[in-house]
Amino acid sequence: MTGQERHNLRVGLLFISPWIVGFLVLCAYPLVSSVYFSLCDYSVLSPAVFIGAQNYRDLAADEVFWTALYNTFFFAALAIPLGLLVSLSLAVLLNFEARGRGFFRTVFFLPSLVPMVCLAVLWQWMLNGELGLVNSTINPVLDVFNHALGTHWQAPNWLAEARYAKWGIIFTVLWGVGNAVVIFLAGLQDVPRHLYESADIDGASFWQKTLHITLPVISPVIYFNMIMGLIGSFQVFAVPYVMTGGGDGPGRSLLFLATYLYQNAFDYWNMGYACAIGVILFAIILLLTLFATKLSERHVYYAGK
Amino acid sequence: MARTNLFARILIYSALILAAIAFLAPFAWMVSTSLKPLNETMSLPPRWIPNEIHWENYPDAIREMRYFWRYAGNSLLLCLLSVVGTVASSALAAYGFSRIEWKGRDTVFVILLATMMIPFPVVMVPIYGLFKSLGWIGTFKPLWVPTFFAGAFNVFLLRQFFLGLPKDISEAARIDGCSEIGIFFRVILPLCKPALLVVALFQFLHTWNDFLGPLIYLTEQKDFTLALGLQSFQSQQGGTAWHHLMAASTLVVLPVIALFFFTQKSFIEGIATSGGKN
Repeated sequence: MTGQERHNLRVGLLFISPWIVGFLVLCAYPLVSSVYFSLCDYSVLSPAVFIGAQNYRDLAADEVFWTALYNTFFFAALAIPLGLLVSLSLAVLLNFEARGRGFFRTVFFLPSLVPMVCLAVLWQWMLNGELGLVNSTINPVLDVFNHALGTHWQAPNWLAEARYAKWGIIFTVLWGVGNAVVIFLAGLQDVPRHLYESADIDGASFWQKTLHITLPVISPVIYFNMIMGLIGSFQVFAVPYVMTGGGDGPGRSLLFLATYLYQNAFDYWNMGYACAIGVILFAIILLLTLFATKLSERHVYYAGK
Repeated sequence: MARTNLFARILIYSALILAAIAFLAPFAWMVSTSLKPLNETMSLPPRWIPNEIHWENYPDAIREMRYFWRYAGNSLLLCLLSVVGTVASSALAAYGFSRIEWKGRDTVFVILLATMMIPFPVVMVPIYGLFKSLGWIGTFKPLWVPTFFAGAFNVFLLRQFFLGLPKDISEAARIDGCSEIGIFFRVILPLCKPALLVVALFQFLHTWNDFLGPLIYLTEQKDFTLALGLQSFQSQQGGTAWHHLMAASTLVVLPVIALFFFTQKSFIEGIATSGGKN
């Protein structure tokens, strides 16, 4: 290393030193000790006692944990693709017309500013079985069908019925897709115009252009939003926690991994068990991200590569 | 896609307007409920415009929340401290990751990116234990001190901006005998004010909206933030006094919406940048 290189290394490390300290103390240390505590009986109040894989064995036999795992996967499997679909569709619509674009973009973005607690309180009211706006919009429509077909359809009491509660949470988070809309729109505006122009000359239809130009060019943005959605969905906490008053919903239908982790850590002071749930949660996110990245290497197109 | 025919345009606008109504309706519903007397929140079919506007729901909700103004003060104080911490520390780190070439820099940056994947619940227990051993539980410290240690997302965002500035301006300053810290303060930061504003806004929003952090670290009711205070109000209410709950929710959302309208351009640009736009 030359003197200049050594100097640069020193100065560079000095500049990033706040991050290095944060990384070691608030990231690396907790991650490692989370793995260690997951192998311990630990309550914060007394020192941790090593018990091997007992917490994991207990988890495997814990029905509540399997419910939380199932609920989390169910929620993520719907919320991620639906979120991508809604945000990409809105962005495509916005990308058509310049007039009013700013206004509509603001409208779609605003809900993503709403704090999670407000979001939960507001949608608890929106989804109220009798008085909520959602059902008082759906029910008159169903009544028209009921009248014509002689059926007795009625909108469910979303958050009070185990079968529909997770859909309530999905609607709630879909309202907040504005961030992804803005990111998609920026990506769409970067698609080189000449590609569309030459496709127009060849007489390509809208769907052909979407399939063969738009989607491949913005595939890195889709990948980015998918990873963000994945990380966010698997740690869903605040909305179901507030909606259920810190509980787990009808028939445990709103118990998610992060909720169960929180309950074990701060309601039962079973910190070792909570850490084991955390390790599993992290492993799931890590594996799915790696899987998505592998997939993207085949399907994502990077300009200039 | 400029050439679209009239029929297609009508279709596109109808879809946009329908979507806009769906996205605005919950806001309108929130404000509408917040201005109704209790019995009218239970009328079917619901009315959008209350028979009589009940402004007093707002002071009533504030009174029922007991510490509303303390919550607001706590939230503001935490926002202020964490914005200062984030902007200062992230700018330094982002500079080190973009404007100085040092051996191993890009490898370390990959580690930084990887840390963005770690969900807070996963590291929450050991961090809680750490703050407990420092005697910080029940104080504001766990909520603002960590922001002075450069969060990965903000470093990433600022680095994108810093990389966009030409190398020559740093070189010119170096030839003039300016030190690295001098270049940082006198050359780069003044050119990056919009980017710093974006990071400040994001952090403000993050702290204002944070729920899990205050939930685990704050123990005294009067130390709660607005978000946590609203949740505690809701759980006391048991979800029946919807007019007061909606008034309180409106009051918690309003500052964020107002802030957004004053800084809209930075906001939108910042989010677009976070998605990889240069």
